[in-house]
Amino acid sequence: MGLLSKKNKEVLVGPLSINNPVIIQMLGICSALGVTSKLEPALVMGISVTAVVAFANVIISLLRNTIPNRIRIIVQLVVVAALVTIASEVLKAFAYDVNKQLSVFVGLIITNCILMGRLEAFALGNGPWESFLDGIGNGLGYAVILVIVGFFRELLGSGTLFGLQVIPQAFYDFGYVNNGLMILPPMALIVIAVIIWVHRSRNKELQEN
Amino acid sequence: MATKKFRCKVCGYVHEGDKAPATCPVCQAPASEFEEVKDNAKKGLDRDSNVYTIVYAAVMVVLVAVVLAFTSQSLRSYQKKNEDNDKRQQILRSINVSVKANEAEAKYNELIKEAFLVNANGEKVEGDAFVGEVADAYPVFVANVDGQTKYIMALHGAGLWGPLWGYLSVNDDKNTVYGADFSHQGETPGLGAEITKPAFSGQFAGKQIFKDSTFKSIAVVKHGKTAEGQDYVDGISGGTITSQGVSKMLFDSLKGYEKFLTSKE
Repeated sequence: MGLLSKKNKEVLVGPLSINNPVIIQMLGICSALGVTSKLEPALVMGISVTAVVAFANVIISLLRNTIPNRIRIIVQLVVVAALVTIASEVLKAFAYDVNKQLSVFVGLIITNCILMGRLEAFALGNGPWESFLDGIGNGLGYAVILVIVGFFRELLGSGTLFGLQVIPQAFYDFGYVNNGLMILPPMALIVIAVIIWVHRSRNKELQEN
Repeated sequence: MATKKFRCKVCGYVHEGDKAPATCPVCQAPASEFEEVKDNAKKGLDRDSNVYTIVYAAVMVVLVAVVLAFTSQSLRSYQKKNEDNDKRQQILRSINVSVKANEAEAKYNELIKEAFLVNANGEKVEGDAFVGEVADAYPVFVANVDGQTKYIMALHGAGLWGPLWGYLSVNDDKNTVYGADFSHQGETPGLGAEITKPAFSGQFAGKQIFKDSTFKSIAVVKHGKTAEGQDYVDGISGGTITSQGVSKMLFDSLKGYEKFLTSKE
């Protein structure tokens, strides 16, 4: 079995679309609402979750034959929390600005349902390499949705992208107004719902009757 | 504990000994119908036993604690340096000087002439103003910008999700605001977190803390509203609680400086 066999490829690529953690598995919705009012935090959150899921998956996968069944959720939480804390400490020492950005998300990453979901559903039953790919795939699948939502919310809500003004002043002179509602969490839900709608109408096999 | 256990597959009788009996004493089944019963405890991997669970949890917790303590200790000095430079950057931003982290120390030493602590009566007290860990004392940083003296004061308060802090500088009349800078731990990005943007903190320049020689502070109000008898700035739409937190922080923190600001010295 090669490092990128057909099955492994499926594990890696599947979560990007037909098995997407946010719009198909409905995991991580809460953080998708919380951090997507701007594009930049959405991107940072997506990357951090990818890294954390991948490494937590590997660790849990290596430990999977020793973890006592009755406290496996606690073990998973401890592994994730320790991992995130160490990462945040290292960033604090060597990349202080990145850490300041991330400090808000540390708590959100630990309690992210994608982490728990993937650890429970995949890492406990698969080898380290597959688990790593699964983590990367799901993390990226999550990041993609966050970036799309963040893009629309920042563009329509603030008229900026990555903090830079993209809607020209001339528009405002003609009476264009930023949609303040886009900044608020309910609109994130609606944007996600629209993404799900588009996605399902393009992938008929995902539609439920 | 050399005895092994054998169970009769026909009737379930369990025999203890070195090997299976020739015939089962209950159902007369031959020795071939016996199978050895493996004692789980001896394998040490009975993942459902209480002992295993408790030991596993204990070992895990201790291990993680050691790793975290080690990381925290070994990185402490680097983190301290970053935090100090970050604080210097914040102080400098309150006098409208923006520098990169690695230049902060040099610029700070160049512009900040004096730093001391004052108590609620406006008298200087012993202590390190930069560390600022003295109870009932407030740090003051005296800066010299283009030949003019600016007094920088520290602010502490609470926002929606966590602490807020900041620095406010005043001109040498100890009344008119020269600049301000705000920081927060965990306010909502795009809403409360906007208080760190110059668009918000820039509004403070030129506002006055005293009206007719009485302490009024500066209010943060909703856009379009006004505040009676005191200077005010617009809050953040969608970040009402954070804006109110800034307003309260300004009042509470500046109150402690009241005597210092009214003293002529």
